[in-house]
Amino acid sequence: MAKITLSNLRHSYMPDPKNPEDWALKQLDVDWEDGGAYALLGPSGCGKTTLLNIISGLLTPSHGKVLFDGKDVTALPPDQRHIAQVFQFPVVYDTMTVYDNLAFPLRNRGVNEREVDIRVREIAEMTDLTPMLQNRASGLTADGKQKISLGRGLVRENVNAILFDEPLTVIDPHLKFLLRAKLKELHQRINNTMIYVTHDQTEALTFADQVVVMNMGEVVQIGTPIELFEKPKHTFVGHFIGSPGMNVIPCEIENGVAMIGGRKIKTANKVDKPKGKTEIGIRPEFINFAAKGIATKVVKVTDAGRFDIVQTNCEGQRVNLILAKGAGIPSENAKLAFDPANTRIYVDGWLSGEGQQI
Amino acid sequence: MSLELKQIVKAVDGETHIYPVDLVLEPGSFNNLLGTTLAGKTSLMQLMAGLEVPTSGEIWFNGKNVTGVAVQKRNVSMVYQQFINYPMMSVYENIASPLRVARYPEAEIKKRVGDMAEVLRISEMLDRRPNELSGGQQQRTAMARALVKESDLILLDEPLANLDFKLREELRDELPRLFAKRDCVVVYATTEPTEALLLGGYTAAMSEGKIVQFGATGKIYRRPNSLQSAKVFSEPPINTAMVKKIGPQIAINKNVQWKARGKAKKLADGDYMMAIRPHHVTPERLDDKAVEIEGIVEVAELSGSESIIHFDAFGQKWVSQSHGVHPFSNGATAHLFADVSEAFYFDANNQLVI
Amino acid sequence: MNKPVNQKAWFFVLPVLVLVAFNAIIPLMTVVNYSLQETFGSNVFLWSGLMWFEELLRSSRFQDSLGRQLFFTFTILVIEIPLGVIIALAMPKKGPWVSVCLVLMALPLLIPWNVVGAMWNIFALPEIGLLGKTLNSLGFDYNYTRQTGNAWFTLIAMDVWHWTSLVVLLSYAGLVSIPDAYYQAARIDGAKSWAIFRYIQLPKMKRVLTIAILLRFMDSFNIYTEPLVLTGGGPGNSTTLLSIDLAKKALGEFDLGPAAAMSLIYFLIILLVSWVFYTLMMRNEEQ
Repeated sequence: MAKITLSNLRHSYMPDPKNPEDWALKQLDVDWEDGGAYALLGPSGCGKTTLLNIISGLLTPSHGKVLFDGKDVTALPPDQRHIAQVFQFPVVYDTMTVYDNLAFPLRNRGVNEREVDIRVREIAEMTDLTPMLQNRASGLTADGKQKISLGRGLVRENVNAILFDEPLTVIDPHLKFLLRAKLKELHQRINNTMIYVTHDQTEALTFADQVVVMNMGEVVQIGTPIELFEKPKHTFVGHFIGSPGMNVIPCEIENGVAMIGGRKIKTANKVDKPKGKTEIGIRPEFINFAAKGIATKVVKVTDAGRFDIVQTNCEGQRVNLILAKGAGIPSENAKLAFDPANTRIYVDGWLSGEGQQI
Repeated sequence: MSLELKQIVKAVDGETHIYPVDLVLEPGSFNNLLGTTLAGKTSLMQLMAGLEVPTSGEIWFNGKNVTGVAVQKRNVSMVYQQFINYPMMSVYENIASPLRVARYPEAEIKKRVGDMAEVLRISEMLDRRPNELSGGQQQRTAMARALVKESDLILLDEPLANLDFKLREELRDELPRLFAKRDCVVVYATTEPTEALLLGGYTAAMSEGKIVQFGATGKIYRRPNSLQSAKVFSEPPINTAMVKKIGPQIAINKNVQWKARGKAKKLADGDYMMAIRPHHVTPERLDDKAVEIEGIVEVAELSGSESIIHFDAFGQKWVSQSHGVHPFSNGATAHLFADVSEAFYFDANNQLVI
Repeated sequence: MNKPVNQKAWFFVLPVLVLVAFNAIIPLMTVVNYSLQETFGSNVFLWSGLMWFEELLRSSRFQDSLGRQLFFTFTILVIEIPLGVIIALAMPKKGPWVSVCLVLMALPLLIPWNVVGAMWNIFALPEIGLLGKTLNSLGFDYNYTRQTGNAWFTLIAMDVWHWTSLVVLLSYAGLVSIPDAYYQAARIDGAKSWAIFRYIQLPKMKRVLTIAILLRFMDSFNIYTEPLVLTGGGPGNSTTLLSIDLAKKALGEFDLGPAAAMSLIYFLIILLVSWVFYTLMMRNEEQ
């Protein structure tokens, strides 16, 4: 177990990067506490897998340092960093049994068979693999294989961190749900530092204590799931987290007050002298239909089972609402009321009054 | 253009993949095939397309028996999970290819490709090659190619599965609109209950090679006819427990029992399998008639807006899903409240009683 | 798989069936015909039953050439398969050198077989050939036209030179199809190169290696042109492999009956060994 520090980290796959877009990973400074559960969340190509490979040692960064417990490991190969990794597509040694798969990392390091046996059985118990220890690994289903991958990581006692690279991609939803909970439970049981890379907000938010939201090689926000949901620092975070994501509505600012279509909007934050594009950000969960408010037209109501997603058109601007089942949906003269405590002004994408620095 | 499957069976090497299936898909309808990976969705689609011939049974299209008619002779389009495009052709030529095969005049091709690209928002990419596009754009191209000709039957086999969460959301939102003005039959295979719900239309719930229920999507979600159907159409997995009804009381065990209300009063005395969706089991009492359940928390997942609590109660693993943030430490004792008025009761044959 | 029933498909297969009939079935039947009869020319045939087969299997000439053939095939397999895998492992997996290596590897395969024989014939000549002269000047008493051991050495060296590339190319194709994640996982698991080879590369190469072994077995069992041009089966009969013996019998001595019987036995051996080998490999796969 270790605290992981990324210091002044940058990476480009090009030999001589010039433009900002040549960098797969722009400036990054992060401290990850020992034993924490972290997620790297972002769309494909945002640099999250690059970052993961730098931490695991499969990739050497062009600039900056990776420190484990303050020790510089930037130049160390993966096997000397004592990390474990679970990949997107399950990697198992096909010709071996489940038992031999789990024993493999220990045997490679010359651990004696008695100790191997104890560890393997302990880990098999944790990952629910005990009944199939003597089966050939190639015969298992995708979720079983991912458990083997994970087990191979857990079996070593001295692991600094366990890295997950979209580990649930090839798994059916109902098994995904169970395996996701299993990972969370294992983390709380063994308290190892875990870093989880995904494009799926649900996986990131349910797994991690802290989520790093990335876009185009940059970290946009680092925060707890609650912070990211309730107070996104950038419209990208607001949009990327939540389903549907945060509504982003262009607005004017008059005397520090936001105006939409000539109507004053109460907001949780203020803006003094707006320079650039100003927008209102509000999540669909925090809008309701009311007698007074912004006029809109209901376009579509989607039954999501537990709730309804209502799509409205507010003078060409799409505004979504999430309403509890049974809540009335006006057929005409619909008016929207925003919850002021969760309505915020964004300037050039960034939350006003918070600055651009994270 | 209706598609009708009559007693379709498919067996390969003596192993049955599809059990007798009867299904009528209406013209202009959007139909989800919902089930897990090996439920038989792809097999059924291949039978519908004519890529495979049923072992027995008949397939009728527009009142004509097309069983055994090769796929080339049916007017079918298909979109796969993998982004399948011609790598050496531009996006324009990719979309135009089915029209060229059908010998459309050049002016018509140009118009249709342009319109289709507009709808799928890939107009800017028409001159590029597929490998220069993002995954989402590649799948949009594949969809445009499937939709550009007026197919009678459009089959989509988990088309969004390989896309990022947000791209998936975006395309899923656009999909129903794409088919709105057509009278073709659309079949959409998915493993995700939420996706089927959001897409709407009709849903055929599949399990182990059988269609366990078919009907309007919202309706079968709210009224599953069998335990299998309820299980297929629940995400997170639906909670189940054996209950005993004696007189006015329904009981899971000595500690968890309640007075039957509403429709449950009509249940005859006896044993039933009760099923209740996770969002009807909450850590806060939302209804004063809710039944209290004591459980040992296995793990609580907190997503910032929602709490999913996995717990052990009466020897079963149950899940609670609720709004807000409700932290629990692992192994803690939790008190949860089940809104049993929302529960389903199934008989010994797993059929819905009420 | 149950594909749509479309009888027209048979129509397209027909030319191939006709071709196969002319190419294989009719000649084979002719051979069967000859092997069961005795002829002295002028289309006079006498039924002889399995006489030729019995005689042949008892003859020491056949037994010797079969023995030589088995020795040859076994030796080249033992050398070429591991060597091919080793070279494939050593080849670069990406970068500009990939195509250079592939072209170099493909070169020996592109040379006509009789040219290969002629090349080595000259290359190994003791007085003027580069190989022969070098060996002699190093103090080896090397003359492949006179000494049995030397003839065998040259024959095997030639085959290894000619055909190892095939094993390399097949193995290489198997190797590059292994996803990176496997290597990464192995590095993280602390696997050394031997373990990576044993548990990742070898299992993933198994299919192509099966094909490589089968191809090399069949080709080497059938080999004719190269040894004929190189040694002509000599010195004496010391490098007379089955096919050379067969040709001598059929064309040199015009013993059509025994030659036909020999062809059939020859054919059956190849068929049997290939089938047994393939079944064993595939059964292993399923487990």
